[in-house]
Amino acid sequence: MAGPTPVTASSTRTVLICSGKGGVGKTTLTANLGIALASQGMRTAVLDADFGLRNLDLLLGLENRIVYTAQEVLAGNCRLEQAMVKHKQEPNLALLPAGNPRMLEWLKPEDMKTIVGLIKPHFDIVLIDAPAGIEGGFQNAAAAAEEAIVVTTPEVSAVRDADRVIGLLNTRQVEPIQLLLNRVRPKMMASQEMLGVTDVTDILALPLLGLVFEDEQVIVSTNRGEPLTLNSSQSPAAMAYHNVARRLQGEEVPLPDPTKQRRGLRATMRQLMQTKIF
Amino acid sequence: MSLRDLIDHLLGRQQASATTAKHRLQLVLAHDRSDLNPELMEQMRREILEVVNRYVELDLDGGAVSLETEERTTALVANLPIRRVRDDVPTAEADVPTPEASVQ
Repeated sequence: MAGPTPVTASSTRTVLICSGKGGVGKTTLTANLGIALASQGMRTAVLDADFGLRNLDLLLGLENRIVYTAQEVLAGNCRLEQAMVKHKQEPNLALLPAGNPRMLEWLKPEDMKTIVGLIKPHFDIVLIDAPAGIEGGFQNAAAAAEEAIVVTTPEVSAVRDADRVIGLLNTRQVEPIQLLLNRVRPKMMASQEMLGVTDVTDILALPLLGLVFEDEQVIVSTNRGEPLTLNSSQSPAAMAYHNVARRLQGEEVPLPDPTKQRRGLRATMRQLMQTKIF
Repeated sequence: MSLRDLIDHLLGRQQASATTAKHRLQLVLAHDRSDLNPELMEQMRREILEVVNRYVELDLDGGAVSLETEERTTALVANLPIRRVRDDVPTAEADVPTPEASVQ
């Protein structure tokens, strides 16, 4: 007999993770969300669609285990199972790099659709890590996705770029599109020196899937190639990513209010100053 | 406007940078989304003012024509304070000579 019965294609979710602007935390989200979903029992595939500058393997600590890519699978040079790199500590998670950095001109939207179609029957959810920008690489990644998470930070340039990406996703009828607000600094938000959560959600008009506070532990975990969600880390970002994974599965988890993180007279004063008077 | 913005305003201080950021974003996104460049926008503004000015005398310093967005839809918003209605409002026929009118 063959392995476990594959789930029907229609029940597998394909989620694009994109941002427009680079460096806002797409790949970090993909790695942490992938591990969190897997640890919550979802059979999860993460696809690195940024084959020119791939980094998902590095964040997951799988960089030394990649032998094949989606490219070899499509060319018929290896089987899908050979190319999918299973995570040792979290066997519910597997990584597939789309391609090799040396091959820059092979991927077309159809290829991406084909490869995601091949992956789908074996997993409950496929996360597609899109490259920065809105050009070919992004369009390829978007072609294979049914829904999307747009990552942004509370900075003008990141929000502007996110808006462009949302416009493109709307024309592609990708739905739902949810927002992840990354690298939030509660203190700056409280003193109104950083765009507030409702400022960003009002401007982009998207439902908020998650809020991740700036957390130095993210850098530490990147250094080690062990996503924060892999260990029972109590760091703020780790908990935020776990909550994102739960919300993505439909569970209702309350969002934190960054302006109410601190107690005391000064915090109360700060809150008072934010009161909308008209 | 928040309480802090009001106090800053009363004291003549710069407003909180988050408020500035929000306003700048709203403006730039209205243009990004509508694909209208500032030059076209300025031309449209001039022409709108020209037409309205034929009928009423406007306070040109206090007026503004801008694009605003809310919930991802863009609206053209004109705020044109009127000084007085012109006595010599031209009738439609006299004002815009149609080709037929010019022949006669």
